[in-house]
Formats: sequence, C-alpha cells, structure tokens
Amino acid sequence: MKIFVPVKRAVDYNVKIRIKADQSGVELTNVKMSINPFDEIAIEEAVRLKEKGIATEIVVVTIGAPVAQDVLRTAMAIGADRGILVTTPLATDLGGLEPLAVAKILKKLIEKENPNLVIMGKQSIDDDSNQTGQMLAALMGWPQATFASKVEIAANVATVTREIDGGLETISTPLPTIITTDLRLNTPRYASLPNIMKAKQKPLETIDATTLGVDTTPRLKMLALTDPPKRKGGIKVASIDDLIDKLKNEAKVI
Amino acid sequence: MSILIIAEHTNATLRPSTLNAITAGQKLGSDISVLVAGKNISSVTDAVSKCAGVAKVLAADTAAFEHHLPENMAPFIAVFAKNYSHIIVPATAFGKNLLPRLAALLDSQMVSDVIEILAPDTSKRPVYAGNAIGTFQSTDPIKLLSVRTTAFDAVALSGGVASIENLDVSGVSASSQSQFVGAELTQSARPELTAAKIIVSGGRALGSSENFAIIDKLADKLGAAVGASRAAVDAGYAPNDYQVGQTGKIVAPSLYVAVGISGAIQHLAGMKDSKIIVAINKDPDAPIFQVADYGLVADLFEAVPEFTTKL
Repeated sequence: MKIFVPVKRAVDYNVKIRIKADQSGVELTNVKMSINPFDEIAIEEAVRLKEKGIATEIVVVTIGAPVAQDVLRTAMAIGADRGILVTTPLATDLGGLEPLAVAKILKKLIEKENPNLVIMGKQSIDDDSNQTGQMLAALMGWPQATFASKVEIAANVATVTREIDGGLETISTPLPTIITTDLRLNTPRYASLPNIMKAKQKPLETIDATTLGVDTTPRLKMLALTDPPKRKGGIKVASIDDLIDKLKNEAKVI
Repeated sequence: MSILIIAEHTNATLRPSTLNAITAGQKLGSDISVLVAGKNISSVTDAVSKCAGVAKVLAADTAAFEHHLPENMAPFIAVFAKNYSHIIVPATAFGKNLLPRLAALLDSQMVSDVIEILAPDTSKRPVYAGNAIGTFQSTDPIKLLSVRTTAFDAVALSGGVASIENLDVSGVSASSQSQFVGAELTQSARPELTAAKIIVSGGRALGSSENFAIIDKLADKLGAAVGASRAAVDAGYAPNDYQVGQTGKIVAPSLYVAVGISGAIQHLAGMKDSKIIVAINKDPDAPIFQVADYGLVADLFEAVPEFTTKL
C-alpha cells in the first residue's frame, strides 16, 4: 500500500509573528520555519503503518519555494521514502496559494501516483483554514475521515476515531481515502542523526506548478492584515475574598 | 442577497451554534433559508421555523443524512447551492467537516472562521492562532463562510414564523463511502463549553485527573462549564473535548477562570475574547496574567477549594 503525505512549510510553532508595516502579510525573512505540526503527525502515522507492514511506500509532497524542500528532507528523515517538491512563486501562508488550489495540485499528483491512502494535517498553523483535506476528498470523489485521533487499517478499510465537539465519533471508510490528523493521533518521533544523513540520499523530484495545468489564481484578495485588538492586563488581587468581591461588585459576573 | 444557513443539530434538537450562524446571515440580508438535513428531524424544523430572522426552513429528511456525513450531504446541497449568494455554517467540527467539501464541489474558495462581516464579499478572520486578523474579499460567485460562533450573538428561539418546505430526497442514497460506526459523547449535566456563560479551565499544574476534580467542584458551584488547556488534555487529566485553544474550542464566556494555566499563545487564542478573565497561578510571571482582568498569585490547591467554599 502506498501512502501519500502532503506537508506544508510554515512558521515554527514557537515563533511570535510580526505583521509587516504595510499590512501585506507576516514578516517571514529570517524567521524559523518548520513542518506544520499537524503534518508531522501525519508523517509519523504513515511511518507507523509502514513499520506495521501495512504500508509499503510513503511519498511526501510539499508546495512552495525551492527552500521548502527542507521539510521534505525532514519528513524523509522521519521515514518517508521519497519526496516531491512542487514549486510556486506564490506565498503559501496568506494572499497567495489557497486551499482550493492546493487541493487541485494534489489531485494531479494523486492521479499520477495512485496512492491508496492520503494522510495530512487537519490545518496549517499559518492560515488556520482547515479546508484542504476535505476539498481534496471532494475533488477525488473519495471519502474523508477528518480530525483523526485513532486510525486502524484492515482489509482495505480504515476505521477512524474523530475528535468532534461533544466527544469522539468513529467512522469506517473504504480505501482509497483521505485522513486528516488531529493533535492526539500520535507523538511524532525525533529524527536520528543517521536517518537525517540517509534522508539526504533519498529521491526528491521537483515539479514546476505551472506544468500541472491548474489555475492557481487567488480567489480571495487579502485587503489587510492587522494586529488583533489588544487586551489590556488587569490587576492582581490579594485573596479569594478580594477576588469574589471584585467579581460580584465590580465585574458583576457572578 | 439570498442566504442559506446549514443547521447543526442532533436530529432531535437544534444545536445553539446554528443560532449564531443565523445572526451572521442577518448581517448580509433578510432572505434567510435554513437547511435542516437529517433523519426524523421534525422537532428541529419546528424549532428553526420559530427562530427570529428565518424566512424559510428547508427540510431534507432521509436516513442518508442521519449522521451528517459530508460524502452524502455535500453533493445534495451542491445541486441547489446556486440559488444562493451565500452559504453559512457554524465553524464547529460539523461545519468544518462539511463546508470545504461543498466548496470544492462548487469550485468556491470558502472563508473559514469568520469573526466579522464587513460587506457581502468582505469579511475578517483570525489567522496565525489569532495573532493576526486578515480582511478578505471574495471574488467567487457563491460565497461560503464558516463563522465563529462566539463572534455572533444567538438569534432568539422565538418570534419567527418561517414556512417549512420539504425537499425531495427520493434521489438521495447513502453513499458506499464512509459509514458511521459509533460515538462516545461526554455525558455531562454542565452547560456546553461553547455556549456557557462561565467556564472554569484547568491546566497542567493540576497534576492528575484526580486533582482535576477541584475544577469540577468550582465549576458546579458557579454553574459553569469545564475546560482545559492542551497540556492538561495531553497529560490525560481531562477529556479531549474539554480543550480550549487554537486547535480546540474557541470560547468567549462572560467569565473565564483559568486555573494553573500558564497562558501559551495557543491557549490564549481560544479564550481571549472572554469578557472577564480570572487567572489563578502560583507563578507571578505566567503570561496568563497579561490578559487576566483579575489575577491571583496563589497555590491552586488552596485557592480553588477556598473559592468554592466561599461562593
């Protein structure tokens, strides 16, 4: 079984972002970039399926500037077998390549690669859209199992436990299918140094997005990007009595 | 402007998130239809027909929609979607699962998590975990929005006299794709997290799931819902659906009490729109104090039981 894992290069989880003065986007120069955390969980899940003997090959793909190949190398160090870099000059966080265009590009690659399973993050932590997996499933006409916290695969059927608002829901979907990962699906491993070295030798193919015949023109215009309203800090209270008094008589919320 | 709201419901009851989505629709116009798709949904369609601001209820009652599987629902909605200028869902697990699938079928780039509607084609949404707010203008003919429920008030459950139209579902069959297997829903007499007026949340400093009981006791005394930070959920002190934050639930109650929560940006993204924030933490430098209206530097194991007793 072949697993296809789309990943995104995004501003690192721990970076405090800065908005450009002209409100055109987030400052990305000299900012630490990493694999989107949800996508790292997707790679880990794919590698575990390979270790269990369920998967035979893991293909990892990313879309972005040539520098985005660093996340493919990281994914291959975790255990993916080969990488595909689709290059585009468009911004991938905001005001450029949008989820619908990404889904269309991924569809082209899937039609070529014929994977049995796609595992990808439920959202990226830059634009926070949470759309691409569902859109890709629609375009492929495949089922979708979103926000997965547990995945079991047997006899060409994926049984997926999903995180929903009131608790958990379990669905079963025949393969091929698209699974999007939630935080508690697994804890990704750290790549070992020997595996990082080995990943440098793994095959990496580069494709220019314009050769895929997909219209990537943005449908949304980002008119501005601004700081959120600042919440001003309040006061420290000395005791529970003081706190209860303030909540009752000043804030009037209890 | 004709607006379609896709209702979130349990087949038996309407979920409150739908009421917030209707308010978002009212920012665009008054021609508001609400689609209720499910199985044996008459109590839901009745409830929606009485909601303020609803012009028409569209009922799609068939077994294939019982579990709201997007594989079954999205193609059905796509057929009549072109009758509408806007399609809106609440940005809940239900809406997030369904709307992108519908958007792709309509070749429309939807907008997620809208917090403000500025014009028929322009809205604001948080990005980068709420650390930036983007203003986006859509060029698609049909605009699809998921709306953050905390950013829009709920419409009243009364005052409406909408007609109910039964849609033809004879052509709908359950797809051979996803099948519902089961659900494990958290049973609780407490208010629902996303609709609660007061929330008490616990963090990693609680130390164990047994210790988490002091949060439950305080919440029960306040008539509050219980939340948790990601750290507390990951450590197994609280169930996953308690998680408040960027990737969990977004809440904005009148009072949010953060106990033993340091205040990572991902947590703040989920609760910083609360009206009043109280932080109880023994570390005076914890970032949570920078957003708290009232901060108490104290050992939570002493302060929380005292708080509960003195209320």
